[in-house]
Amino acid sequence: MTVQELPGAAAYRPAPPPAWKPLTDPAPLLPDPEPYRVLGTDAVADADPELLLRLYAELVRGRRYNAQATALTKQGRLAVYPSSTGQEACEIAAALVLEERDWLFPSYRDTLAAVARGLDPVEALTLLRGDRHTGYDPRAHRIAPLCTPLATQLPHAVGLAHAARLKGDDVVALAMVGDGGTSEGDFHEALNFAAVWRAPVVFLVQNNGFAISVPLAKQTAAPSLAHKAVGYGMPGRLVDGNDAPAVHQVLGEAVARARRGEGPTLVEAVTYRMDAHTNADDATRYRVESEVEAWREHDPIRILERELTGRGLLGDEGIEEAREAADRMAAALRERMNADPVLNPMDLFAHVYEEQTAQLREQAARLRVELDAEQDQHGDEDVEERR
Amino acid sequence: MTTAAAATGERTARTKPATMAQALGRALRDSMAQDPTVHVLGEDVGALGGVFRITDGLAKEFGEDRCTDTPLAEAGILGTAVGMAMYGLRPVVEMQFDAFAYPAFEQLISHVAKMRNRTAGAMPLPITVRVPYGGGIGGVEHHSDSSEAYYMATPGLHVVTPATVEDAYGLLRASIASDDPVVFMEPKRLYWSKADWSPEAPVAVEPIGRAVVRRTGRSATLITYGPSLPVCMEAAEAAVEEGWDLEVVDLRSLVPFDDETVATSVRRTGRAVVVHESSGFGGPGGEIAARITERCFHHLEAPVLRVAGFDIPYPPPMQEKHHLPGVDRVLDAVARLQWEAES
Repeated sequence: MTVQELPGAAAYRPAPPPAWKPLTDPAPLLPDPEPYRVLGTDAVADADPELLLRLYAELVRGRRYNAQATALTKQGRLAVYPSSTGQEACEIAAALVLEERDWLFPSYRDTLAAVARGLDPVEALTLLRGDRHTGYDPRAHRIAPLCTPLATQLPHAVGLAHAARLKGDDVVALAMVGDGGTSEGDFHEALNFAAVWRAPVVFLVQNNGFAISVPLAKQTAAPSLAHKAVGYGMPGRLVDGNDAPAVHQVLGEAVARARRGEGPTLVEAVTYRMDAHTNADDATRYRVESEVEAWREHDPIRILERELTGRGLLGDEGIEEAREAADRMAAALRERMNADPVLNPMDLFAHVYEEQTAQLREQAARLRVELDAEQDQHGDEDVEERR
Repeated sequence: MTTAAAATGERTARTKPATMAQALGRALRDSMAQDPTVHVLGEDVGALGGVFRITDGLAKEFGEDRCTDTPLAEAGILGTAVGMAMYGLRPVVEMQFDAFAYPAFEQLISHVAKMRNRTAGAMPLPITVRVPYGGGIGGVEHHSDSSEAYYMATPGLHVVTPATVEDAYGLLRASIASDDPVVFMEPKRLYWSKADWSPEAPVAVEPIGRAVVRRTGRSATLITYGPSLPVCMEAAEAAVEEGWDLEVVDLRSLVPFDDETVATSVRRTGRAVVVHESSGFGGPGGEIAARITERCFHHLEAPVLRVAGFDIPYPPPMQEKHHLPGVDRVLDAVARLQWEAES
């Protein structure tokens, strides 16, 4: 017997479901299909020449910083350095759009953003040198510790921005993450919390093409990373990550939006990592030179320099000046990094808890005995040297 | 259940029966009233008052900005709490059930436990993570884990677990006031245990890290905490008939560990059994037994024994009675402390 044959079955009509409508109109949240550009477009006419020149000087300095830090790894002065060469426009723009009271949440590749925000270049490198995890006071600089686990700093940015808003403070948090980091659960949870709480946060995804060796096509099936925003109920913005004034403008609008209390924005900056993942990586195993060459033509410094020289804002003298300033910064960094950091092994126990536990006091005493024995054996001078 | 509570000392005339759940809720309320930076967040903590009703009334009294229903995401709850603490708030997060806290492990271990250390003391995180834990309430899979060993193995975290109504209040207040992160393990099968108690009555709040002797005795020491304390108190009473005069130490804090109280007791009694319901292998008992052996070797009349849950995934509720260490299993271990006779 089929259902249709049941007596009275034909008379049954289900009640219509209760009315449903989407919580948010998705259309205004969708990113444009093409990354936003300023350089080489009509939009450049509106750009402030002073800002363009400042961006240029900072990009040149940043490029030099990346080169110097990479050189320091070869001399054994840094344990590792994940270069952001090719991505300087994102790094610099992220630092420059923030007010002093705002917070930056960098990933391990974003040393340059921290330095551009004003952090001492040596303090910014302690994690990568290996003498301290964080060489600066995050609160004093409003820069969170460089974050090594992927995307885990994003919920911190949301929580901090939320707390600031609860306190009535006019503070925005800008959190940086790579394309690989967008696959992590913390990325999803951070964006979701931020949107639900309308937290004053800007998420900057630097899509540099690869998560170590894995290309974007194996990372996501989304139309773009900026498109992910619509699923959370926040606007997604796509920008040319090598076009410094474009990144500055898009991030600036997102920061202003957050400050007005209109909630978070997801910005995807399309860029390219010119160097390997770190100095320890061999990029020739997963990408071809012709691809790198194509991006070299679209280098953030080269395209800005062309624009500025073409408009007569920058001449040979200005270019030379920027290079010299960068060289001076690099020389100072090299000199300071060539000095051995002074380490105190007893610091190992200093900041595990507010007060040392009895167990840690015992262990500290044990290390003290070892250090004293070492000193007796080698003499003061030798031990100081070996430390 | 009341046995343990009864051992905690004198009561004033103003006290009346209260449950551990009520005391925990009162501790949250009083902390929030005293310090405007204390914020409670988690899944269902608002209108519902938490699935165990611990946060009942807080959203109404302090507003949704102070007692916040979050999206359902434990890493997000703890991760945003990190940012809130970075900005000077004092978040108290609720992890609805023990096994639901696992998605937040990375935040807990990589950030919460390490932030003070990573920043050389510049950025302590005063976060309290409330984790209802353990079995015995008939919960289905993933609702009865004893996860304390994972937290104990992570330097930078305090791990606290009350066993009495009074301690539930006092230790939660102390945890929230602490500038260090605290994993506050709530023995959920004791939520409805009662004692004569009132928050207005004088409460001596011991600093985190002190164990307490709940019952004095001469012939052996039972070392325990949280949900196993009432079991040990009952076993100690039952053992009197067998001629055993058992001392019972309630650890209250697993990190920091109170070596002094434990060693003083074991040196006096010469025999020790560690009792907990989490699995024995790699569990807290192994660490505790090793510490006792290191400190009390010449005083020991028998090996330190462990009575723990079996080394199995937490069983289905209809079988949990076979897994959880009960009075008989504790008494059996006490009998095995007559080491010389057996060897």
